[in-house]
Amino acid sequence: MKYSNLLMGASLATLMSASGVYAESLKVGAVATLEGAFAALGEDGLRGIQLALNEFDGEVAGYTIELISGSTDASPDSAVRAVRKLVEQDGAQIVIGPLSGSEGIAIRDYSKTQPEVTFLNGASAAQDTTLRETSDNFFRFSTEGAQWMAGLGEYVYTEKGYRTVAVVAEDYSFPYTQVFGFLEPFCRMGGTSPQDARFYVPLGNKDYSSVIAALPDEVDAIYVALGGADAVNFLSQYEQSGGDLPLIGGSITMDQSVLGSKGSQRDYIIGTPAAGPISDTWDDPRWQAFVTDYQETFPDGFPSPSLFAHGYYINAKAAFLALEEVSGDLSDGGAAYREVLAKLSFETPTGMVHLDERHQAVGDIFLTEVVEGPNGGLLNKTISITPQVTQTLGLGYEEFLAYGPVSRENPVCE
Amino acid sequence: MIARVVQTISEVRPAWWVALVLLILFPFPANDFFTVQIGAYSMILGLIGLSLMILAGYGGMVSLAQLTAAGLAAYVVAIFGVNSNDVLGFGWSWWIVAPLAIAVGTLFSALVGLIAVRTSGIYMIMITLAIAVSVFFFARQNYEVFNGFTGYAGITAPQIGGVDMRAPLPFYYLCLIVAVVFLAVTAFAEKSPFGLALQATRDNPRRVAALGYSVTAIRVFAFALAGVVAATAGVLLVILNGRVSPGSIGVDVAIDILVIAVVGGLRHPVGPFLGALAFVLLENFAIDLIDRERFNTVIGAAFLLVIFFSPDGLLGLWQKLSDRIKPIQTPTKSEH
Repeated sequence: MKYSNLLMGASLATLMSASGVYAESLKVGAVATLEGAFAALGEDGLRGIQLALNEFDGEVAGYTIELISGSTDASPDSAVRAVRKLVEQDGAQIVIGPLSGSEGIAIRDYSKTQPEVTFLNGASAAQDTTLRETSDNFFRFSTEGAQWMAGLGEYVYTEKGYRTVAVVAEDYSFPYTQVFGFLEPFCRMGGTSPQDARFYVPLGNKDYSSVIAALPDEVDAIYVALGGADAVNFLSQYEQSGGDLPLIGGSITMDQSVLGSKGSQRDYIIGTPAAGPISDTWDDPRWQAFVTDYQETFPDGFPSPSLFAHGYYINAKAAFLALEEVSGDLSDGGAAYREVLAKLSFETPTGMVHLDERHQAVGDIFLTEVVEGPNGGLLNKTISITPQVTQTLGLGYEEFLAYGPVSRENPVCE
Repeated sequence: MIARVVQTISEVRPAWWVALVLLILFPFPANDFFTVQIGAYSMILGLIGLSLMILAGYGGMVSLAQLTAAGLAAYVVAIFGVNSNDVLGFGWSWWIVAPLAIAVGTLFSALVGLIAVRTSGIYMIMITLAIAVSVFFFARQNYEVFNGFTGYAGITAPQIGGVDMRAPLPFYYLCLIVAVVFLAVTAFAEKSPFGLALQATRDNPRRVAALGYSVTAIRVFAFALAGVVAATAGVLLVILNGRVSPGSIGVDVAIDILVIAVVGGLRHPVGPFLGALAFVLLENFAIDLIDRERFNTVIGAAFLLVIFFSPDGLLGLWQKLSDRIKPIQTPTKSEH
């Protein structure tokens, strides 16, 4: 018995050393929130990287890609700790991630201390990451929170005829970015959103009764930028309290977790417009192929890839495409690799993507509306696509900076 | 006093000197990651754990607000020093900011003591937890002073004699000096009149009161001393991270500190440092051992095993091991 164990161990060892010679491997770090409230979303982000890697059969330019994961709990501190380990201990020369806004800013800052390592965003979408104090080796091939709102402000102003909106959003950088992206065109056209009709609640808030009681009557609609359970809680409580104002949704407000939830708010949210980087039901063959691929590879994943899987997928794909172009050669500290990345332009499941001079993606954004599907479930129907949205929303860089950083009060819009 | 210090130093067992030399030499074989992220970070967490150990081990008072004291010190550094958020950031020199931060953390800890000291056991845990949670939520929703959810980033590190204290080697030695000093002082103070009085209030507060001591004063002073340790750790933490946000003082992190102190062992001040080292190693490397969806289970299971086999934590395990070896080498005293 013991002898056979020994034999097996020996043969295993030989096998392992043999495969080591077979192909050189290249370490790629992946950072996602695998703990805490966003754990399920972080998992989906990593599925996105896996999909991109599968397209290359796990091998780029003759190098086997060795994916090393780092976990965060969505706090900037934990993101930096995870990235530090991947870079300084595991020796990853390419890092993909993170998932949430404030983490992205922290990793961007860390990237400045590691000029030899190339960082690509995961799905984090805070505006400042690539707008102010940018880093030469941080790239974001996914669009951000303000871009995601493209077309929504104009749509509700002209098509829906809303003139005054209330805002209910979570109190941190990503919802600020979304509120800014929505209100900026809306207010430029003449709409208003008084400061005392904007409500910012802590992430994970359960009781919205004080917000609902304070909502003014004289607004035309409520812009809701809440995610997951927060959105479900607000919508059900608002509906139960007899609220009947029409809604406008943020990018993660009208997603499957809300549309799929039971309760009487279901009928109430039909017709709600929203905007974001993906549209679940887009009939374009590129998107359909991506969804099928996702569903076949991950039968226990979400019914359809989330925008987190989409963001990580695009950034990972960019990382691998550029790596192929330099034949996997990062021996110059990745300088040539980053040059290729900066000029890269490629086809994604949601259209062409390329970077601006601050390494921020320019991409297509979807305007959607909640409709009842053929089998009774709620779906997001694609209304229109805003092509090639830039981070500065069509303005010049200096002109755009004059708006100031996103915050609770920006834009003023009275 | 000086004679006692000299005597105490001469009584330090050789194993401790060996450990100190090893710690001094540690950065040379280690890379930056091990120097800072494992070494220095363990010492910082160990210091916050030590702050809890002083209260829980000597005073029998479990406080979940020690991390909050450290966090407030970090916030003071961000508010009065330099930050990149355009909120406050008075740009004062480190020579003023660091002592101020430690003073604020100490004062806070003493205040927590004042409020919590009349309770004990589970009620003290509840009160200190309530304080920690309210400070956390206040920091998250207050924009004028704490800058809300985002907190502060871009906090510059002090330059001492032209040396950037955030660079791996200087920072490691800074942490090592602070940790060794606090560890030594705590071990020394254990036998001091105050240390003995504190342990007496733990064992029998009524008798201590009958002897004419003020139990409340002793306990509040212990909270203040623990606050000095925690606040100093908070200053080190903000030098390391260059940022502080409500997430740094969240309840989950406060529980981590409790885990560190308990797993390390509350009997001796070195316990929290052992616990912190074990915690940091697991936090960093558990994800490499097992599937990334399950690594938190490994961390939990490891700590569960330690507590299960040794209620005194890692220190207790060590004690058990050395007890098993010792009787063979030297006969016990009772046989003489």
